[in-house]
Amino acid sequence: MSISPQQTQSPTLDEKQPLDALVQSFASAGGDVAVLLDPNTAKLVVHQNRILRVHSVAGVRIEGAETSTGAEARIIVEPGVRLDRPVHLCFGVLPKEGLQEIVSEFEIGEGAYVRFIAHCSFPAAERVKHVMDAKIRLEPGADMEYTETHYHGPWGGVEVLPVAKIYLARGAIYRSVFKLTDGAAGRVHLDYEAFLDEAAVCELEAKVYGKARDHIYVKESIYLNGRGARGLAKTRIVASDECTSEVVGEIVGAAPEARGHVDCIEILKGKRARASAIPRLVVQDERAKLTHEAAIGSVDKKQVETLMARGLDEEQAVEVVVKGLLR
Amino acid sequence: MPSSESGAMPAGEAPLLRVEHISLVRGNTVILHDVNLEIERGEIRSILGMNGTGKSTLAAVIMGLSGYEPTGGRIYFEGEDITELPVWERARRGITLAWQEPARFEGLTVEEYLRLSQQFGRNGQLGPAECLSRVGLHPQRYLHRAVDDTLSGGERRRVELAAVLAMHPKLAILDEPDSGIDALSVELIVDVIRTLSRLGSAVLLITHHEEVAAVADRASSLCGGTILKTGDPAAIARFFRNHCQECTHVNKPAADAVAYLG
Ligand SMILES: Nc1ncnc2c1ncn2[C@@H]1O[C@H](COP(=O)(O)OP(=O)(O)OP(=O)(O)O)[C@@H](O)[C@H]1O
Ligand SMILES: [Mg+2]
Repeated sequence: MSISPQQTQSPTLDEKQPLDALVQSFASAGGDVAVLLDPNTAKLVVHQNRILRVHSVAGVRIEGAETSTGAEARIIVEPGVRLDRPVHLCFGVLPKEGLQEIVSEFEIGEGAYVRFIAHCSFPAAERVKHVMDAKIRLEPGADMEYTETHYHGPWGGVEVLPVAKIYLARGAIYRSVFKLTDGAAGRVHLDYEAFLDEAAVCELEAKVYGKARDHIYVKESIYLNGRGARGLAKTRIVASDECTSEVVGEIVGAAPEARGHVDCIEILKGKRARASAIPRLVVQDERAKLTHEAAIGSVDKKQVETLMARGLDEEQAVEVVVKGLLR
Repeated sequence: MPSSESGAMPAGEAPLLRVEHISLVRGNTVILHDVNLEIERGEIRSILGMNGTGKSTLAAVIMGLSGYEPTGGRIYFEGEDITELPVWERARRGITLAWQEPARFEGLTVEEYLRLSQQFGRNGQLGPAECLSRVGLHPQRYLHRAVDDTLSGGERRRVELAAVLAMHPKLAILDEPDSGIDALSVELIVDVIRTLSRLGSAVLLITHHEEVAAVADRASSLCGGTILKTGDPAAIARFFRNHCQECTHVNKPAADAVAYLG
């Protein structure tokens, strides 16, 4: 991907409104606005296909280019850089309708350490499509955390398609959390794939609260290709009302001492919700070891009764369990 | 030793808990049979009995857990018939249960858990940090931990005891609070039970350890799903050790008992 860098200094008038709105929605979802706006914070803020802010800091270069349907971004973290403050990525579509496709490349240099906080906001969505297509490459010993939190309006009109291909070189560590627990999920189709070299570690976690007629599909695949690579595919889904949810957790152990685990909990709330879980474990080297656990059904009776034995009624108890699970 | 449960009750006032002719049958198996039990306010009562004899089942029946609806009998709390009440209504009247194997909660911190436990209780004097200290867990190290499977078995059981302290119930049913607790800390658990009692909670204490049972005012032995005998903890422990038979020769047990006990 070749991108001509575009640096936006101060927003023009027609940028100010969406910027304020995105910042506002970031704040209402619990984000620290002071950190987001701080000039020492590396950031990329995109509304639909307008780049409102792009800001690099020493050791982290962010390049962005607008496209007809969204934006292309390239994020380069130099080797050995250890960033104590997270890089902020803020995406959103504020009107009821719209399309946003973010195509990104992350290159994390050898031994670098960086955290990303991505915030995706669709507060009024009735017909919004949001595509995140990321290619993430971690050089040896690099360590990256990526947290993506969605904030959706109550109408369920969002289609979310996060796709990521993650390449981890020897000893690299990657942890991601995808979180969509506020508002209506809409239609979610998540597809993450990670490829691990020797001694690399990858943890993929998705937490989604589906309501109304939301449809949730989560696929997390981890390929343990190097000796001693370790992977965890974790999913927590609550499906209420008429929501349907499908989870595929896939791990391939193709090297000695590779260790992988699929951990899936789906809770159904309501008679018409549906959920399925498909763990797929493939062992291609007899010295690899893969495990899985899945629990699908109503909220655990013992958890609920424990809280009821403290005086919470059933509804309150279920809410506590569900909130914790999705936290 | 009188095995009658009445008599200790102050005239005119109902006991805190009265379990009357409770039985529980599952399929063809009688799990509890004509259980009668009375507990006074602030009393510590221990229950001794072999594995599988129905102790946890009795705890579940008193708490009102689903699947443990008694086949016969009634349960009264402060004179009110609570046999049909759901768990949470019993809890709001002041009953709680600490499970033998407490549940784990993802994403819930120890502090939040203790505050939840406090919410509908009698708002005792003890805050979360104080409750943790009492069970031997350093507040700074534990308040922000999750009540999930990263806690060890013993730690989780201690957090459960701390939650009971935080709730400050009128009746705490503790199902083997000492199991999985290291030998050095058993005395601490006994102290917590004493504290509960001092603060005005009655305790129904299920335990396999005589030295823990000794903290009780009275003890009952449960055998084959029924209460055989109630009395002084030392006497009940002796009775239990002697296979629930009246026998005073505890220092010269019968040969078959020696063989049985190995
Ligand atoms: N669902 C069930 N169906 C049939 N029998 C059951 C069921 N649940 C428990 N039991 C039986 O009821 C009996 C009492 O069990 P309970 O758990 O109350 O024993 P306990 O006295 O607490 O034992 P322990 O000291 O081992 O904790 C046991 O024999 C057990 O096997
Ligand atoms: Mg038991």
